Amino acid sequence: MHPAFSIIFFTSATGAGYGLLAMLGIWAVCGRLPPDRSIGLASLGLALALIVTGLSSSTLHLGRPERAWRALSQWRSSWLSREAIASLFTFVPTGLFGLGWILFERTDGIVAGSGTVMAASAVITVVASGMIYACLRPIAQWNTRFTVPAYVIFAIMTGSVLLAAILALMGSADRKLQYVALIAIGLGWIWKRATWRHNDRLGPAATMNSATGLGGGQVRSVEWPHTEENYVLKEMGYRIARKHAEKLRVLAQLFAFGIPFVATALASANGGGIAKVASVIAVLAQAPGILVERWLFFAEARHTVRLYYGLELPGRP
Amino acid sequence: MTSLPTTSDKKLGLVIDLDTCVGCQACVTSCKEWNTGGHMAPLTDINPYGADPDGVWFNRVHTYEHSCDGGDGGDRGSGHRGERGRTVHFPRSCLHCETPACVTVCPTGASYKRAADGIVLVDEDKCIGCQLCSWACPYGARELDAVVGVMKKCTLCIDRIYNDNLQPEDRVPACVAACPTGARHFGDLGDPLSPVSRLVSERSGVDLMPELGYGPVNKYLPPRPRAADTGSAQVLALESAAPDGGFLGWVDRVLSG
Repeated sequence: MHPAFSIIFFTSATGAGYGLLAMLGIWAVCGRLPPDRSIGLASLGLALALIVTGLSSSTLHLGRPERAWRALSQWRSSWLSREAIASLFTFVPTGLFGLGWILFERTDGIVAGSGTVMAASAVITVVASGMIYACLRPIAQWNTRFTVPAYVIFAIMTGSVLLAAILALMGSADRKLQYVALIAIGLGWIWKRATWRHNDRLGPAATMNSATGLGGGQVRSVEWPHTEENYVLKEMGYRIARKHAEKLRVLAQLFAFGIPFVATALASANGGGIAKVASVIAVLAQAPGILVERWLFFAEARHTVRLYYGLELPGRP
Repeated sequence: MTSLPTTSDKKLGLVIDLDTCVGCQACVTSCKEWNTGGHMAPLTDINPYGADPDGVWFNRVHTYEHSCDGGDGGDRGSGHRGERGRTVHFPRSCLHCETPACVTVCPTGASYKRAADGIVLVDEDKCIGCQLCSWACPYGARELDAVVGVMKKCTLCIDRIYNDNLQPEDRVPACVAACPTGARHFGDLGDPLSPVSRLVSERSGVDLMPELGYGPVNKYLPPRPRAADTGSAQVLALESAAPDGGFLGWVDRVLSG
């Protein structure tokens, strides 16, 4: 699939934003969120900035962005519509949570209650995001049980790394949160490697025989209907070269998981300046790492329409 | 409304005969000609005479080589393993599926399947051009019109098949009307007694990618098995082009001398 930057940025940024909201809600319920107003401004501000820029970026992908509001109407059947509704609904508990935290400097009681709703709706939004891809049967690499948990794990992972950095920078470093971040990074790493292992053995979701209705024997494409690339090939014919994918997978693992893991471990073992620098390094490494991971998510996904153009070699995953 | 209709007894669609299609592209061009002025108009072209032309088409004809030696696809009786490939021309367009995921994924209600006749359409005034429907279609039937910013697809020529201004015999999709070999048939596949349904059962018509479960309404008729004696015609040996004797030999010597 064509890796469109607007969608890669959208899923990565909103994933981190909703993950941060989820962690804020969970931490408030656990009674571990400092009621300090400035921490509230910084963390909610960052979460909302990620979500708003991500959602705006997604509209760049639309042919008719001015009609984007119509996407709220088909929640009965469409995961994209459900995601749009859940993403907007999340602003309601987030607003109440922000009022309590920033105006009244409270993160307990009713504020923690709205934090619960905020965390739940943030996670529901991310699940709906994952379902958009997981429900597409023509794309074997997305239509697996790995896709939705991956979106949730990466959201919690990036969210907890962000929150750990904010708390460390503002002098309220929280060792338990750093442990949560370490577990999330480890889980994310394992999950991504398991996904790649699974997907590398997958063939296309259909065969050239079933795609053309020509049973038995071998079907070979000899002539395309057009000499130049059309919309279908530009959007769904994309395939990354294997050698490039391998390099990018190494980079994604290094930046999304490896460096953040070491840096977060360093931050949890040290206090003061070292913890601040290390937790900022974790954030700065993870941002490009997740973008590369998401780029690969699209570039390595292969649509059945490629069969019609003879772009899938028979018998090869 | 992108939820699917619970019942559509009538299932209008096409039956495409891969045995008789000659790949002439007449259906492709007549589709483009009709529809660029029809329900989904225009079928925008971008840089049509330039170096990298692009544009919206609802119907595309691929060409494949099908080598039938390994399976049950025909050519029974042929003793030439691996040599009996045949050329198959394959028109590809919207199959107006019974469970079209392109409709259910649509977030705006622009995509819909009509309960009355099962035709899958796009309401251009509601489409936001998110392109998710093109990802959900396994057959590559939907294309983005990048200039208008909305998705476009085959309408089964709803503006022909119900058009009272046309003669009754012309009330078929443009591709069907154009086909010079009669390889395209239009009718109600929900009626088991309709001519198209009988054609499908007589010729063992197939669904494309049935394993994905979209329930395509359009059917494809596989090429008929070849007779065992085709491909080896008996002909007389040709005369030598450089004869040594006789009248032609004399002419050759005179002219060469």
